[in-house]
Amino acid sequence: MEEMIQTERLTKIYDGISAIQDLALTVHSGEIFGFLGPNGAGKTTTIRVLTTLTKPTSGKASVNDFDVVKEPDKVKKVIGVVQQHLSLDRDLTIRENMEFRARLHHLGASERKRRIDELLDYVGLKENANRIVEKLSGGMQKRVSIVSSLMHRPKVLFLDEPTVGLDAQTRRRLWELIRRLNLDGTTIFLTTHYIEEAEALCQRVGILHQGCLIALGAPLELRQKLGLVTVETLVNNKETRYQYFADRAAATSYVQKLPSEVKTIIIRDSNLEDVFVEQTGQKVDGD
Amino acid sequence: MVSVLGDIYSVLWVDLRFLRRHWLRTLATSIVSPILYLVAFGFGLGRGISFGGYGYLDFVIPGIIALTAMTGSFNGAGMKLHVDRIFYKCFDEYLLSPISMFSLAVGKTLIGVVRGLLASVALLAVGIALSPTLMVSPLFVLVLVTSCFVFSFLGVLVGLWAKSHQDMGTFSTLVILPMTFLSGTFFSLSQLPDPVKAVLYVLPLTHSSESLRAAALGQPFPWLSFFALVGFGLVFFLGCLLALKRSNV
Repeated sequence: MEEMIQTERLTKIYDGISAIQDLALTVHSGEIFGFLGPNGAGKTTTIRVLTTLTKPTSGKASVNDFDVVKEPDKVKKVIGVVQQHLSLDRDLTIRENMEFRARLHHLGASERKRRIDELLDYVGLKENANRIVEKLSGGMQKRVSIVSSLMHRPKVLFLDEPTVGLDAQTRRRLWELIRRLNLDGTTIFLTTHYIEEAEALCQRVGILHQGCLIALGAPLELRQKLGLVTVETLVNNKETRYQYFADRAAATSYVQKLPSEVKTIIIRDSNLEDVFVEQTGQKVDGD
Repeated sequence: MVSVLGDIYSVLWVDLRFLRRHWLRTLATSIVSPILYLVAFGFGLGRGISFGGYGYLDFVIPGIIALTAMTGSFNGAGMKLHVDRIFYKCFDEYLLSPISMFSLAVGKTLIGVVRGLLASVALLAVGIALSPTLMVSPLFVLVLVTSCFVFSFLGVLVGLWAKSHQDMGTFSTLVILPMTFLSGTFFSLSQLPDPVKAVLYVLPLTHSSESLRAAALGQPFPWLSFFALVGFGLVFFLGCLLALKRSNV
């Protein structure tokens, strides 16, 4: 399998504090890879290093075999980036924002027009092309951000917390768009702190905690290592305990043997949050 | 070369779109202060004063045009860049594109030049109406355009350097405001003691005012001041390139 992104012992230190530490990562061409972790885990720093916005303190990183430090211009030509915050010019229209990106990536006049029309059609925003970005809904702004970053047909698209702050329906619409882009051949690298987003979208996930990669693999694989079924028990109405089992039969057998003072018992499928909690003792949302 | 010019225009293009949408507001806010200075100093305080055979109005108008070039260019280049970088965070889009730091610095400077020239020309029109002795010679235009570039470079440099809105405000209060009143806009530096004069010649607006006034009033042209102005421009531009280079540390 061809590798699109590779990092080796990648480290970034800000003011003596490691934002990322010895990160070793491979993202395959054509996959949706998710970086899961709480706020402050180092997800955005990783994206900033991989997209050449920040220089690493040590270690190596490459995108499409181009070194992010030595060949930043080559990297910039093959990546699209959608930042967590809205990075569009709010005073310009959708079309103007897209044209601006196209100009920065050296697209000729006729190609610019064709590509803008094609992408606006792709996300159903053609009728809104001349609306000022400031006046769009959050979901529309995010869709514009995504298509603007695709003007130069990047091989890999970086999405930093793409659905943060959006309602459930808009979030699902964006998931569809991300899947569609991936099916059309774009490698996706996204960061999220939403468990369900990582599970719904990503073929593989890396779990990041305090700048270190603590787990890497397909969501199902990571759950299998822990146990596909979780039993939650509330002990003395105070402490919740978690036990993991390979299947429901094993979980049921465990529950039947529990003492009668255990009143609250929940049997459910395990998820990536359980993987995170087991490794770190904390929840992904930071609680 | 063609690619560099194309990149510079691409950077300028987006700011020109903004200016096209907000040109009236931009122009109005750029010339209100200079017109107030003109009324307060030119008509109020300066009535009856003369300098070296010129009326105070003739003396002060070129200085106020230099001042307008400074504020129009500095704010035109620096403020939006700063807001885009710190508040909207859309400046990263330039850094994510394969254009050179040189093109980015020049492109961001040019919008300041355009805005500085717009405001200066508007004030020049008022100035010529009030003081018909003003000469708009090629030398005058050269100094005006050079001044716009110098202060636009400074605007880009400060816009890239400032880490907060407070930093921008601090710079304006500690550097731009003293320059406004001390750089020979409203009075002749020849009246000042030498040590004070030496300090004021460290300010680029002093050279801009003196050169522009000499060109406008047909006095012997202070080439040394003009070259000092060009020198300031070069230093500010190199500072811009350095600030951009350090932006991904």
